Amino acid sequence: MPSNAELAIDARGVDKQFGKLRAVAELDLQVQKGHIYGFLGPNGCGKSTTIRMLTGLLTPTRGEINVLGMAIPQQAEALRRHIGYMTQKFSLYEDLSVRENLQFIADIYGLGVRESKRKIDELTATYHLDAQRQQLAGTLSGGQKQRLGLACACINEPELLFLDEPTSAVDPQNRRDFWEQLFDLSDRGTSILVTTHYMDEAQRCHQLAIMESGHIRAKGNPQALLEAMPLHVIEIAGHRLRQLKSHLGQFSEIPSAAQLGDRLRVLVDKKIDAPIPWLLEKSRAVAGQLTPPQLTQVAPNLEDLFVSVTGKGLEASREAEDVTG
Amino acid sequence: MLLASLRRIKSITTKEIRQLKRDRITFGMVVMIPLIQLLLFGYAINTDVRNVPVVVVDQSHSAAGRWIVEAVKVTQVVSIEKHYASAEEAEAAITRGEVRAALILPPNLTEKLAHGETLGQWVVDGSDTMIASAISQLRNMPLDQLTRQDTQKKPTFEVALFYNPEQRSAVNIVPGLIAVILTMTMILFTSAAIVRERERGNLELLITTPIKPLELMLGKIVPYILVGLVQMTIILGLGHLIFDVPINGAITQLLMGTLLFIAASLTLGLIISTIAKTQLQAMQMTIFVILPTILLSGFMFPFEAMPKPAQWIAELLPATHFMRIIRAIVLRGGTLSDMQFDALWLIGFTLVGILVASLRFNKRLD
Repeated sequence: MPSNAELAIDARGVDKQFGKLRAVAELDLQVQKGHIYGFLGPNGCGKSTTIRMLTGLLTPTRGEINVLGMAIPQQAEALRRHIGYMTQKFSLYEDLSVRENLQFIADIYGLGVRESKRKIDELTATYHLDAQRQQLAGTLSGGQKQRLGLACACINEPELLFLDEPTSAVDPQNRRDFWEQLFDLSDRGTSILVTTHYMDEAQRCHQLAIMESGHIRAKGNPQALLEAMPLHVIEIAGHRLRQLKSHLGQFSEIPSAAQLGDRLRVLVDKKIDAPIPWLLEKSRAVAGQLTPPQLTQVAPNLEDLFVSVTGKGLEASREAEDVTG
Repeated sequence: MLLASLRRIKSITTKEIRQLKRDRITFGMVVMIPLIQLLLFGYAINTDVRNVPVVVVDQSHSAAGRWIVEAVKVTQVVSIEKHYASAEEAEAAITRGEVRAALILPPNLTEKLAHGETLGQWVVDGSDTMIASAISQLRNMPLDQLTRQDTQKKPTFEVALFYNPEQRSAVNIVPGLIAVILTMTMILFTSAAIVRERERGNLELLITTPIKPLELMLGKIVPYILVGLVQMTIILGLGHLIFDVPINGAITQLLMGTLLFIAASLTLGLIISTIAKTQLQAMQMTIFVILPTILLSGFMFPFEAMPKPAQWIAELLPATHFMRIIRAIVLRGGTLSDMQFDALWLIGFTLVGILVASLRFNKRLD
């Protein structure tokens, strides 16, 4: 466990209740300085609520939050100078040009005339917005808007960046470029908390937390999480995969089976030592006689991890919410 | 075909009603606008002018003088606020807007009474034609018990109309229109200001920056101050050119008075914008303020003719105070120091309003 001075974010036992809905439950989160920390989860799982609590926009119902050594929400005002925040929805002024938006944010952060000019030149160059400087923000493409959002969030050279689903409206090429820029920032010492629902993005983070219905289901280094996953991943090639899938669904040792084209990707509990013979036997009733070459054990990916840690315990957490609500 | 169409219409109607019920401010306005406004205006609108505040200058100090004052009082057209020794004091009170008229009874009142001559003089602030005509009705007031019918050949009183001798209503309406139009535009502009940022999602970013609520509020109202001054210039300039409205006061007084009112209206708009969740709600609340401004502020009906409770409500509206200030300055050549109470009220309203708006504007989302 890193010491306090090395932590950009330290949240312990954080709860947020909206009426009867428990949006975030017992959240523990430690983000090391200089890391890109990914928050993976479906929409509505509490990612945005968590970010809003960490930035002091929402007051937690319970728990302690410390961001950059400041107690939140008490010292939220002091924190604002040191963070950048990119909201999920484009939150700049669509009726101002790229340059005017940057100028506005620079003025709010109190940058001097010369400094803000230098900074705006630098940011428009870094984020490939030079050609769009005079263009109204409302007319930018999804990728350009996202780069402008990041440029504005970086104008005060924040120590910590909060990015709430920054790539949700962006094509794959722009997403790749965007992540390159995040690593550049990280390389210069900026800590980043980024939420996403893309597996490939989650894979790129130094640290990762998987969130579902307000709970963190798993957290750690993505590679370590995959290695520690208590499941075999078997792919079955063959026919009648729909029937096979619904048949396999009845076994408690198989938490998930998902079809990928002409293959079925099956997760099998590690307590089964030899998953392939086991599966051959279990699937005989439906798929007829499968031959061993049709079954291959493959390396787990983040999606497998995500499926394995979410879903189960969902019922339990819902019951808990009913009790607390 | 028709059935399917009706079903689709019904589905839209159901959805609208559901949304309306969930938008509690709009839902409240649906009920409140007609209810409150009707009660307010049904009760307050009263074109029978009564209880016009006046002063009496009785230079005769005679029994007849006291009797005439009593006789004037029982007509209920006027309400005697004060007694002054000289006509100059009385005229100053009219300029300050404390009273609308003065009854001046000459030293030789008893003599005039005996000869059946005109007994005294009403000096009237003629800018409000409704008030002027109410008092003019007293001109031929019969004083049967003091005089014999046959000796009284001349009118009982002589009426001198100040400020608007031709009794043109434009003279009174144009300055009042400044108050109404400024209320409308100033409150409308600012009430939408913060709501718009909230609706467009700009606010979430803005509140994570170091900007302070007060800075945001002040920054937002400054551009509209200029807009307000432009509007005032247009209304008064055209009023002067086209309707020949006299501008008797100093331009600096006019500017300062208008600035006070613009500031008060803008803060009211800001308060609304911290309450409203959508631009539509902001608009509705603005209308909620504008209607009484038009009807109760003294713009359409003389303030003094309204019942007391309506006057108390009117006193809460910045426009009522500005109506007095602008008419005093434009029509009667008054100054802000003549209108201290109203000027201080507007300043107080602005300061309290800015404070309330900044306190209400939380840099949080919950």
